[in-house]
Amino acid sequence: MAVMKKKGNKDLPPISTASLPDVIFMILFFFMVSTSMRDQELLVRYRLPEATEVQKLEKKSLVSYIHIGPPSLSMQAKFGMAPRIQLNDSYRSAKDIGDFVAAERDKLNEADKASMTICLKADEATKMGIITDVKQELRRANALKISYAASKSLGY
Amino acid sequence: MAINKRKVQEINAGSMADIAFLLLIFFLVATTMNVDTGLARMLPPLPPENQKTEDIKVKERNLLLVLINGAGQIMAGTQGNQELIDLHMLKDKTKEFILNPYDDANLPEKEDTEIALPDGGTWVYPVSKGVVSLQTTRDTNYQSYIMVQNELTRAFNEVRDEVAMRRFGSKFSELSDDERKVIVEAVPNAISEAEPRNIKK
Repeated sequence: MAVMKKKGNKDLPPISTASLPDVIFMILFFFMVSTSMRDQELLVRYRLPEATEVQKLEKKSLVSYIHIGPPSLSMQAKFGMAPRIQLNDSYRSAKDIGDFVAAERDKLNEADKASMTICLKADEATKMGIITDVKQELRRANALKISYAASKSLGY
Repeated sequence: MAINKRKVQEINAGSMADIAFLLLIFFLVATTMNVDTGLARMLPPLPPENQKTEDIKVKERNLLLVLINGAGQIMAGTQGNQELIDLHMLKDKTKEFILNPYDDANLPEKEDTEIALPDGGTWVYPVSKGVVSLQTTRDTNYQSYIMVQNELTRAFNEVRDEVAMRRFGSKFSELSDDERKVIVEAVPNAISEAEPRNIKK
């Protein structure tokens, strides 16, 4: 005690922030590993239907997305409420799916072309007519591996 | 010497945290974390156009017709025995159709098939010839379509689980890849995606 009083340093030492960058870097690396890049802007709104028997889509690089649903809020003034098909970054009709599939297939290397998957992300209120048109076009484009996107639910 | 006494100036690392924060926020904004899940299906290839559209004759007892109308009502059964059923009963009906436990003459035939086991032996299993054909109208809701697809998948998954339990003593999802192939061969996922019917557009 006597020794400490002699020193006369009554202030609390400041908390060292030297390890703060390390903590932040750790969080950063966690996010870099566990997330994937957002690749496209959505022009349609959708709420996925729910299902219990869903499987995870395996390799994300082999998956191409087709979004189907009513236009998003900012586009509604222009395009109305009828469901639309979004390919890449614009509204397209079912006829363009052949070109879309060909373009997506060209991006993959030869070995992966057979396992290309098309993920159909459609709003739950969509009618089957538009979905069937898309499916027929996919069959015509010979993209037969598809996945109906659905969110996992625990059942009824 | 004077130079030796002077300490080397330390680089101020106080702003390191800010830089890391900036990077962190960039990644938070630019990436997504959701894992995509869905029901995987194989579409049938289109028949070549010059080929005559010759219907492949499937025996009536081997075909389970599932129809969904615009109101989400489900009709299921083999040709001639179709009835309006509830979604909750569809799974059991499909399971009964795949398994045909009492060898009913109105339910699918089974064909004894030799399946190669991963350990080199063969296993004879009566593989069902049944095909589930799912048809919709153009105004069927996607939601009810997915719900029916889900029930059909669940029926096949449960049958696979049961067969896997009897053959290998564990669930389908816990088997190795080779064993899984055996089960898939014994219980093929026979859901046909036919074109919709154009009943009153």
